[in-house]
Amino acid sequence: MTALSETSIGEGAVSTLRRGLRLSPEFRAGLAGTLLLALVATAGRVVVPIAVQQTIDRGVTGAHGPDIGFIRTAVLLCAVVVLITAVSAYAMNVRLYRTTETGLAALRVRAFRHVHDLSMLTQSGERRGALVSRVTGDVDQISQFMQWGGLMIIISLGQLVVASVLMAVYSWPLALLVWAAFVPLALALRRFQRLVSGAYTRVRERTGDLLAAVSESVVGASVIRAYGAEERTARKVDETVAATRRAQTRAQGLVAMTFPVSELVAALATAAVVVAGTLLGVGGHLTAGELVAFLFLVTLFVSPMQTATEVLNEAQNAIAGWRRVLGVLDTEPDVADPGERGETLPRGPIEVRFEGVGFAYPGGPPVLHGVDVEIAPRTRIAIVGETGSGKTTFAKLLTRLMDPTTGRVLVDGVPLDRVRFSSLRERIVMVPQDGFLFDASLADNIRYGRQDATDEDLELALTELGLADWLEGLPRGLATPVGQRGESLSAGERQLVALARAYIADPDLLVLDEATSAVDPATEVRLQRALDGVTRGRTAISIAHRMSTAEAADEVIVFDAGRIVQRGPHAALVAEPGVYAGLHESWIAQRTI
Amino acid sequence: MPPGAPRVNPRILREGMAVLWVAIKAEPRVFALSVLASALYALMTVGTAQVLGWATEHVMLPAFRSGRTTAGALAGAAALIIGVAALKALGVAGRRFYAGLMQYRMQAEYRRAVTRQYLRLPLAWHHRHPTGQLLSNANADVEASWAPIAPLPMAVGVVFMLVIAAVSIVLTDVTVAVVGFLVFPAIALLNVVYQRRLAPVATRAQQLRAEVSEVAHESFEGGLVVKTLGREQAETERFEEAADALRDANIQVGRVRGLFDPVLEALPSLGVLAVLLIGSLRLQAGAMSAGDLVNVAYLFTLLAWPIRALGWVLAEVPRSVVGWRRVRGVLDAGGSLPYGAAEPGGDAAASLEVRAVRFGYESAEDEGEDVEPGDVLHEVSFDAGAGRTIAIVGPTGSGKSTLTSLLVRLVDPAEGTVLLDGVDVRDLRAGGVADTAALVPQQTFLFDDTVRGNITLGADLPDERVWEALRLAQADGFVAALADGLDTQVGERGATLSGGQRQRLALARALVRRPRLLVMDDATSAVDPQVEARILAALRAGQSRQVGQDGRSGDRTGATVIVVAYRKATIALADEVVYLEHGRVSDRGTHAELLVRSTGYRNLVNAYERAEAEQEALEPGGTGDIEGGVEDGVLK
Repeated sequence: MTALSETSIGEGAVSTLRRGLRLSPEFRAGLAGTLLLALVATAGRVVVPIAVQQTIDRGVTGAHGPDIGFIRTAVLLCAVVVLITAVSAYAMNVRLYRTTETGLAALRVRAFRHVHDLSMLTQSGERRGALVSRVTGDVDQISQFMQWGGLMIIISLGQLVVASVLMAVYSWPLALLVWAAFVPLALALRRFQRLVSGAYTRVRERTGDLLAAVSESVVGASVIRAYGAEERTARKVDETVAATRRAQTRAQGLVAMTFPVSELVAALATAAVVVAGTLLGVGGHLTAGELVAFLFLVTLFVSPMQTATEVLNEAQNAIAGWRRVLGVLDTEPDVADPGERGETLPRGPIEVRFEGVGFAYPGGPPVLHGVDVEIAPRTRIAIVGETGSGKTTFAKLLTRLMDPTTGRVLVDGVPLDRVRFSSLRERIVMVPQDGFLFDASLADNIRYGRQDATDEDLELALTELGLADWLEGLPRGLATPVGQRGESLSAGERQLVALARAYIADPDLLVLDEATSAVDPATEVRLQRALDGVTRGRTAISIAHRMSTAEAADEVIVFDAGRIVQRGPHAALVAEPGVYAGLHESWIAQRTI
Repeated sequence: MPPGAPRVNPRILREGMAVLWVAIKAEPRVFALSVLASALYALMTVGTAQVLGWATEHVMLPAFRSGRTTAGALAGAAALIIGVAALKALGVAGRRFYAGLMQYRMQAEYRRAVTRQYLRLPLAWHHRHPTGQLLSNANADVEASWAPIAPLPMAVGVVFMLVIAAVSIVLTDVTVAVVGFLVFPAIALLNVVYQRRLAPVATRAQQLRAEVSEVAHESFEGGLVVKTLGREQAETERFEEAADALRDANIQVGRVRGLFDPVLEALPSLGVLAVLLIGSLRLQAGAMSAGDLVNVAYLFTLLAWPIRALGWVLAEVPRSVVGWRRVRGVLDAGGSLPYGAAEPGGDAAASLEVRAVRFGYESAEDEGEDVEPGDVLHEVSFDAGAGRTIAIVGPTGSGKSTLTSLLVRLVDPAEGTVLLDGVDVRDLRAGGVADTAALVPQQTFLFDDTVRGNITLGADLPDERVWEALRLAQADGFVAALADGLDTQVGERGATLSGGQRQRLALARALVRRPRLLVMDDATSAVDPQVEARILAALRAGQSRQVGQDGRSGDRTGATVIVVAYRKATIALADEVVYLEHGRVSDRGTHAELLVRSTGYRNLVNAYERAEAEQEALEPGGTGDIEGGVEDGVLK
């Protein structure tokens, strides 16, 4: 199992940003136009106050007294500039929202898809709530930066360059002084950003924990209620809430510190310019007008520095979210689809071979040892054994939910990991024990097995499975809503739906993992018979919790402590001393009174 | 309708202010500090310009004119500039920090409140609300509610700037002031239009945000099914649909906001220009001096700033109101289980009485439609004397699990009563039922916790007692083999434990509490029959008391057991069988009595034997009539 990738946690912000942008080309769509509009809008925002100032200086307090004509013309011009600025800003905003939201939606979908591409073990190692946060809140964090910050950085840089050049033109010694004052700030900010970045990453992690805890308290509501564990669950949630708040406050504290630092540096630079400029002026190297103009340029230089500080903080937040999304995308699925290069299995009965297959869960002891088994096409196999003997592991390897630690699995002579998923999932279908249903109608849930099935197909399938009576008994028939996780149905009924769902998919190899464990005996017997009929000509493997299944199978494979210890038809196995005879005896014992 | 989905209300601003007032009332100290800091920051920002002006006037220009300067004058100017900046720095840091503190405290407070509510609300409510939506309520909606707190202190902190500037302008020239102040109604109008247009799209966006979360949660939860049926692409398309809808809604929001922000920014500039224009006429008429006009223009540029700060708050208000309504939808949801004050009685096995119970699930989709929610249980009555074992048997979907959830009061019946030791469970104090009874549900749920944590659920129980429960549930063997034993972390979907192992942990969770009433809902399907027999025997004999020598349960005489079962061996251990069919008690009696009396019961529990008999009968013949087989064969 691979846990979700942590590599991106340690990576630098710029690298995350670059990789993130590369992964989402949508963000770059129409960037040139947006930038142009942004430049106009920003230029307008700088020009308007200056223009107003000029109007006052020249028109009202000019050398020859107030000049009404000039004021009117200037006001009109200024108004035009204000309007152009507003219109450009609006156009820029709209473009920006469109491209960024498009990019974010695509990123969400990509991350979502990747979660499904991850192996079952990787998925189950993650908590639901935390996974959800990676495609919701973590992505949301990116949006604000993309809709404002990213552009501001570019614009601020431009403003910095312009201000720098102008400063150097006015007085290069003073310009050097200003830069010298800001160099330590830039260096300090770099260090600071690393701290801020770490702090925001922790915020995102804690938020993931928080959602996982909330999700647990909702999904486990009935157990919590039954055991009066509300207080305990609330305490657990409270801990994650408090941890999130602490992380947020810490990040905010760090961010709050960056602003005073840049304020003070700006003041230092200004003070230095005043002092040095006056001294230069006294020495005759600078006129008063030049110094005043230079001081104005210093404010032009300082304001993008401060914007940049703000944006960089925002960026760290976005990057923290981005990292968590990239953490999903960076995780190589350890059970990978060979895709185009893989093989497609032809339709028809499937033959299965296990060659020296061993399996251990990551960090755990081996649960299967050297399993060698061959299952001929068209046979119906029952797999029995005590709980924990490796039956389900066997089924998961057979359906390639996991890959073996040692040895290999072949279907129709093709190594399983060479088979394309599209072909594999079409031909080999497993019905897991827990029949998870989606919050939709009964029909939609069965149709999950085959999307183009008509209502008639569904009814036919249920009839073939001997479930027509059950369907008739439902108040709304196929339209019956099954509720969240199918909870409006009983566990037994959910298993019936899961079975119908797999059946309608029409696989060549059907693997049932205790798929009828919650169904009543009479229904099970009926299902068993129906399955015997419909699986005729296919290969079927059932992990049986009730020996009646084993009795009806062509062959029985007996697992014990991760090994196959017996194999053969029921009649033969029951006669020989061994694990099977013991299991069978206890089965008989529980039926006889 | 989703929880708290609001009608579009034109008075959003008022509501938004009410939301903010909630936060201010909750955190008055932090709020005051953040406002003070903001005011300091605003004041010092104006101060910076003044100081620079003063330095130019009194230090630099004299120096340039006279050709010399003193170190003292320069140092004074530098110190003044840096001093003002230091105060400004203090202001900005304080504003940021305290605003953040307030925002995060409110978020934490409401996340706690929302989750507490989830834990309190009845399961029927949970059935109606998808988990993903509830996650979104606790996350995105709470965040949206308190988003305006970040810019709020600034807006409040600069209000007095606004007042001072406005008063000065009025005092200077009323006509110019009136023209300039037209900016305010313009802003008010803009804001009304903005709130009205944004509220519906923001509502939609927030709802879609929850739907994205909902689809993701459900899809990840059903990950195994998605995989085994190769439905990754279809699921991705389903998610994409939700994500694209959210994208479109967000773009809609962006369009409205994208217009609001530049217009809000332009208005003060236009105001200044209007002032200049009118001012020039007044100047021409000799009604005001040039100095006055300069002064008024300056004051107006000062006004731009508080207006912008106010704009930041106003911009966040619609989303905040939408989030707040959704959060309130959860917090105000009624229908909790009311509790009485009665203490659960005694240490002995509890007696249970079920009287004429009726129950039906209401599903979310039924709410608006005229579909009668089908009753799952009708007129169910039976009783279990203290220490007795009752088996509940019935076909799939006959209401057995629903009945078990009524027994431990996960839900209340629509009609009828459930009595524990003669007391209506509704009269028992909160936690009273959980102290008395333990349910082992059909579907195992493990918490993201250690093995020990999953069994004790936080109760202070010695390890010996945990091990004893594990032994009884036949789980001691595999737990001992785990790397960290009781301290092994088992994830919420921990794949390394087999279904049977998980079920045994759930069983141990119930047994460790030494319940006076144990309800097992087909909870031993993965446990060997002999083991099950041992567990039941131990419970009946009250052997569990041998385990703990901690006195409390020294005089326990065992438990009353209700067991949903199909196995004949399990049923045989029961003193009485309640046979359910279509939600009604079809028959009651001992196993032997029911075998004789009830055809349905007989067919159900003898299904395997009948099947075998038919199999044998059919063996030579090949095909045959399956349904007709051995009708009502009397097999025992």
